[in-house]
Amino acid sequence: MKGGRILPADVTILSLSHISKDYTMPGGIPVRVLDDISVTVGEGEFLAVLGPSGSGKSTLLRVIAGLVAPSAGAVTYRKTPIVGVNPHVAMVFQSFALFPWLTVQENVELGLLTQGLAPRERHEKAIAVIDMIGLDGFEGAYPKELSGGMRQRVGFARALVVEPDVLLMDEPFSALDVLTAESLRRDLLDLWIERRIPTKAVIVVTHSIEEAVYLADRAIILSRDPARVIAQVPITLPHWRERDDVRFVRIVDDIYQLLTARRPEASASAVSRRPPPIPTVRAGSLTGFVELLDDLEGRADLSRLGDELSMDLGDLLPLVETMELLGLAGVKEGAVALTPDGRAFAAADVLRRKEIFRDRVMEHVPALTHIVQVLQGKRDGRMNKEFFLDLFERTYSPEDSEKQLHTLIDWGRYAEVLAYDQESGQVYLEEEQGTGAADPPDGGPVGG
Amino acid sequence: MSWVARTENVRQRRFGWPDVFLLLFVLAILAALLSVSHGEVAPRPDVLVPVNLAPSALPGDALRSLARIFIAFAFSLIFSIAYGYAAARSALLRRLLIPLLDILQSVPVLGFLAASVTFLVALTRGSVLGFEIAAVFAIFTAQAWNMTFAVYHSLATVPRDLNEASDLMCLSPWAKLTHLELPTAAIPLVLNSMLSFGASWFFLYASESFEYAGHTVRLPGIGSYIFAAQEAGNTRAMLLALGAMVVLIIVVDQLFWRPAIAWAHKFKLEQTPSPDPSSFVLTVLRRSAIVGAMEEHIAIPILNWIDRVMARRRPGSGAGGSAVRLAWVVFALILAAVVVATARGAQPLVARGVTLLPHALLLGLATLGRVLASVVLGAAWTVPVGVAIGLSPKAARWGEPISQIAASFPANIAFPFALALFLDIGLSLNIGAIPLMMLGTQWYILFNVMAGTIAIPADMKEAARVFGLKGVAFWRNLILPAIFPSLVTGGITAAGGAWNASIVAEFVTWAHHTVAAQGLGAMIAEASATGNGAAILTGVVVMSALVVAMNRFIWRPLYALAETRFHVEA
Repeated sequence: MKGGRILPADVTILSLSHISKDYTMPGGIPVRVLDDISVTVGEGEFLAVLGPSGSGKSTLLRVIAGLVAPSAGAVTYRKTPIVGVNPHVAMVFQSFALFPWLTVQENVELGLLTQGLAPRERHEKAIAVIDMIGLDGFEGAYPKELSGGMRQRVGFARALVVEPDVLLMDEPFSALDVLTAESLRRDLLDLWIERRIPTKAVIVVTHSIEEAVYLADRAIILSRDPARVIAQVPITLPHWRERDDVRFVRIVDDIYQLLTARRPEASASAVSRRPPPIPTVRAGSLTGFVELLDDLEGRADLSRLGDELSMDLGDLLPLVETMELLGLAGVKEGAVALTPDGRAFAAADVLRRKEIFRDRVMEHVPALTHIVQVLQGKRDGRMNKEFFLDLFERTYSPEDSEKQLHTLIDWGRYAEVLAYDQESGQVYLEEEQGTGAADPPDGGPVGG
Repeated sequence: MSWVARTENVRQRRFGWPDVFLLLFVLAILAALLSVSHGEVAPRPDVLVPVNLAPSALPGDALRSLARIFIAFAFSLIFSIAYGYAAARSALLRRLLIPLLDILQSVPVLGFLAASVTFLVALTRGSVLGFEIAAVFAIFTAQAWNMTFAVYHSLATVPRDLNEASDLMCLSPWAKLTHLELPTAAIPLVLNSMLSFGASWFFLYASESFEYAGHTVRLPGIGSYIFAAQEAGNTRAMLLALGAMVVLIIVVDQLFWRPAIAWAHKFKLEQTPSPDPSSFVLTVLRRSAIVGAMEEHIAIPILNWIDRVMARRRPGSGAGGSAVRLAWVVFALILAAVVVATARGAQPLVARGVTLLPHALLLGLATLGRVLASVVLGAAWTVPVGVAIGLSPKAARWGEPISQIAASFPANIAFPFALALFLDIGLSLNIGAIPLMMLGTQWYILFNVMAGTIAIPADMKEAARVFGLKGVAFWRNLILPAIFPSLVTGGITAAGGAWNASIVAEFVTWAHHTVAAQGLGAMIAEASATGNGAAILTGVVVMSALVVAMNRFIWRPLYALAETRFHVEA
């Protein structure tokens, strides 16, 4: 089946039909992570799955691999439904997932262990793949002796040695530095385009739009909470693709727009009808971002911004969402621009900024207003944090609840409406802010 | 280094109904064993042969003792892996096995000896074999529990990505065990094995020579040799034996544990390069041509063959879950029926035991006081000394191995001398038992305090120096908070050791004098010397309950505090 042979493009190799995945919270409430996802992968296709962090991309990949069973829907591999681990796939991990006590050679051979080969054959196959992936001379080294890039090469070799039909990659380049990632991407693409590996399809999960556009033939765009397919973007540019090519940039911009477009309120049908969580962004990062935008004349292309700050979607999107939520900036056609309020915020001094921020959060973040009201209702203005966590846990996982509360406390601290005592685990009202949240306070808070 | 495993369970588990059930279950077995007509079968004469004190007998005796420890260790190793694997793999078994392990760990080691020896002697009609098995079993119970926790904890926390990678490669359960799970457990297992080995010297001495139903049992071994030398007042033989023992401990450490630690270092999960602990012996072995050839032509082909045979057994083909569950239920029912049937025979024993309960509780409180005093007094001197050693790199290099050897040296050898001293100065064993208990257990605190001090990040020490922290301020703001978690860990280990030691420290025999303190340890020791099954049962039950209560009400809150407030991210 090796290289050269021209494959009919419309042969479906993998198909996901109406995949949903629910996790049950400790309280017994199901939370939906994947919602009704249907995708097919054809022979010879390189597919990218894109989405904001926490969108369940990795879960989707694990469903495809058979590591995680879907709550509804089915994965079909060449017309056979898959139950349990799919023996025709191999996976490359973000963390490499190498066995530190095995040498490069042994790590690669491990994948062949169950194939019933003689030790000699195993050895030879492993050597061949190690050579192909550029690890020649490192056969006897232990992973800890290698650089990150070399370790991920071992990860690739281990996946490729079993000659999988489908290669799955879970953010394979995101733990590497920029240059190393680039050279590894090129090498992988070279193996793929030149058909030096018998693999029939590749699925890569990533949160880098550029990476997806550089590598893939098609990008699946996922939403968050829960993950649904927003769009499927075909990428038909011929390889090798240039990043400053106008067409390349246009596709990147398009995807940015798809990802940042205000989505219509979730349809009431799904299991999870929960208020959208606030983005977990620190107040300090927010002010930094506003200042940066202000320096850039108050407006910037998202794709450029991500590029210049070397921030990927996972970092950038929550910031942008928070700005939109607070009305400090707006997104239009893939560009983020400060609103008049945003400009005022950027121009203000520290104390004035806090006032603007306070007005904004009290107006736009009902969860925070609610916390303040609860505290005001108490005579001592204090409440154990578990009380609020319990409230959150009705809708979010314990981990997410913790994140939500901490972000709210961070915002509340910056806005000087809330304070938090780590030792006793109590949230309490900031002293000067007892009179009512809507009134602008006259006395400046004590600095420190 | 820390004694991870022992403290792990203190931290996370709650005492619930399954524990009560299991406690009753363990009691039923103990009662059943003890009710086998204790002391009715007399030991055969060869068990009671006096010890030959000629120096030429010493090497043979030493080897016999060593063999007992290694045999027990082999069983501990197999047991810990099998038990830990079962508990980590099956949720059903986990709910049963982990609380059970918790309880087993709380039963004093010499309680196991007392219970098993009766049964085994009856079974073997008083032959040496029964006593030998009982001795090995006692040593096993001193070794196995913390090793098992170490294996269980490692298997339960195998990194998720490695687990997924193995599943995707369709590794068979066997390949997964040998390539992923055992390697993950290697370091904690080796460290805990070392700790267990140290403890076994202590119990070796107590399990080689003891009073059994009015007979003085002496199994040939270095422990009996020392005991006999003491009784005969033969100072030369005694010093010779003590010297042999120190040499034995050091040789085992150098030939066995150093290489084992250096070898286990290969299984570190962190992928950052770090200096490997070195072992001369391991380097020699690794470079030796003979060993290399044996590896290549014998070991590797065998392992390959096993891998291939096992590869045919596919994962996930667990034969019908419900059938297995049914089999388990049937098995558990049969087991319960057997225990109940045997325990019914033990009714009179239990009835007598219940009448002893109030008295045993009072004695238990006295011993509890001594245990606490020994930990506090032990900490009082080991904290300053341990910190001083830990702060000086030069001293630390010597301090660690020396305190390790001191910890594994069986302190109970010194008890008769201490007793002579106490009698001289007129100190009652009621107080004197406290320093005796400390002799064996303070080293655990010293060791942990040292390790905790060494682990204080250099930048924190530098910051303290830059801000001119000295004296009380230095201790209050840096040292005490930083070593607190290690101190708690050391305290837990020391307290566990002190409970075990109370059985020998509160009841000391020397040259046919026997002095006993008012305490639970003395009660158990006396009961097993005279063959009073009911008193053994009650004593062991009360002691186990006190250990569980102490874990619950003293150590767990302290541990929680250590985890949250004083956790230093290195």
